[in-house]
Amino acid sequence: MAPIRKSPRNGLVKMYLSNIAVDPDRTARLIEIAKTSLWPLLEGAISYTIPLTIISFIFGLLLAILTALARITHVKILQVIARIYVSAIRGTPLLVQLFIIFYGLPNVGVTLDPFISAVIGFSLNVGAYASETIRAAILSISKGQWEAGYSIGMSYSQVLQRIILPQAARVSLPPLSNTFISLVKDTSLASVVLITEMFRRAQEITSRNYEFLLVYTEAALIYWVICSFLSVLQQYMEKRLDRYDV
Amino acid sequence: MISIKGLYKQFDQLEVLKGIDLEVEKGKVVVVIGPSGSGKTTLLRCVNVLETPTKGVLTIAGQTLDFSKNVSKKSIASFRRLTGMVFQNYNLFPHKTALENVMEGPIIVKGEDKAKARKKAQELLEKVGLGDKIDDYPSRLSGGQKQRVGIARAMAMEPEVMLFDEPTSALDPELVGEVLKVMKDLAREGMTMMVVTHEMRFARDAADEVMFMDGGVVVERNKPNEIFSNPKEERTKRFLNMIM
Ligand SMILES: Nc1ncnc2c1ncn2[C@@H]1O[C@H](COP(=O)(O)OP(=O)(O)OP(=O)(O)O)[C@@H](O)[C@H]1O
Ligand SMILES: [Mg+2]
Repeated sequence: MAPIRKSPRNGLVKMYLSNIAVDPDRTARLIEIAKTSLWPLLEGAISYTIPLTIISFIFGLLLAILTALARITHVKILQVIARIYVSAIRGTPLLVQLFIIFYGLPNVGVTLDPFISAVIGFSLNVGAYASETIRAAILSISKGQWEAGYSIGMSYSQVLQRIILPQAARVSLPPLSNTFISLVKDTSLASVVLITEMFRRAQEITSRNYEFLLVYTEAALIYWVICSFLSVLQQYMEKRLDRYDV
Repeated sequence: MISIKGLYKQFDQLEVLKGIDLEVEKGKVVVVIGPSGSGKTTLLRCVNVLETPTKGVLTIAGQTLDFSKNVSKKSIASFRRLTGMVFQNYNLFPHKTALENVMEGPIIVKGEDKAKARKKAQELLEKVGLGDKIDDYPSRLSGGQKQRVGIARAMAMEPEVMLFDEPTSALDPELVGEVLKVMKDLAREGMTMMVVTHEMRFARDAADEVMFMDGGVVVERNKPNEIFSNPKEERTKRFLNMIM
């Protein structure tokens, strides 16, 4: 027992493992639970975590592009609206935003489906954060690119679409990938608005069997696998876009 | 072909162009020289309305913009189509190949058919000696090659007038010749050109007229031989002594 006392953390792990080792029945039970909870967790990921992430990101990105453009126009009122929006979202916790949308809006007669509430909450969030990224990326493209576009007769929107945004996309790909990966993890907050995404599934499972460590770790591993896959995808996309290096 | 009348340009407090008058006949080449800050770049940028003049009247190929009145975005856009601009630092589109850089204007602005635009772009690139580089991205090209793509890109829009702002001053000396050669070819083919440059060799060989600017005004204009060997104004003499 002496080594256990040496380091409390090490001790806890050992205790857990020795529990399992000592009790073969318990080992078998844990393996069984790990196996039987895998599919419900994956199902939560496939039917909620992943769709919620993708749908929110697409809407969020559109919103972010519009917000970024609003912030760089010369139209004062658009600038102000965009600024207030970004400031309000960045200045309040995502959890509170989700509560306002799902639990708060019914007080004024607006009752939304949980999934819709979550999509709105996450899209607004991505829209605000990503708009800063996109705005910075657009501003990082040299003025000469605008002028070159104008000089061959292009209009503002043609230069924007064909010359500026493609280059800004390359610049903002790494930070936007980070936003996307964060979003995968943030969707676990949707559990509070009753969506049975992966984390809520984990909560449901543990409420029956009390194997918190095992089941939450299992969920964590699945998040990890998804995010690692996305990182690889990001690297691949960056390489593809690097055909030209500026 | 080009007519500039009473052109003024002011940035905030600073008056950069103080009444420029200039006529350039079709097919003629005017070289603009002058000390740094004299307003050469600003003049070219006013001619293709990248800068909006404070006042003055610009006419190119019969189209007129009078900046004492309000000019619409639309009239600026159609006026700009009459000019092609070559920039000191190329400003090629880095995410497009040489060919795509040249095709962009014809396809997007003129709405030309893709195959036709491609064929024309290829011919233009061959003409500037880059037939073997059409699929390269600008990052793979030397400065001289980039600038020749820049010229081809402007030419693809079939402008009435070509404007060059120090097209060779960002280049290593050994690359200057290849760009000047393309410009001389253009001049020989009858393109109307306004060229800001410090290459006096080019001015001697290709210019019909040299215009010396200082402090936002045209100090002296004359045939290259005249102005170089027999400048009339004291300021012109001093400037030429300094650079030659
Ligand atoms: N966008 C601008 N805003 C304010 N001032 C400007 C702007 N563009 C040019 N200027 C000023 O106008 C003056 C003329 O500039 P311009 O670039 O036309 O000179 P230039 O003759 O081309 O000089 P150089 O030989 O150095 O290129 C300079 O004093 C410059 O600082
Ligand atoms: Mg200049």
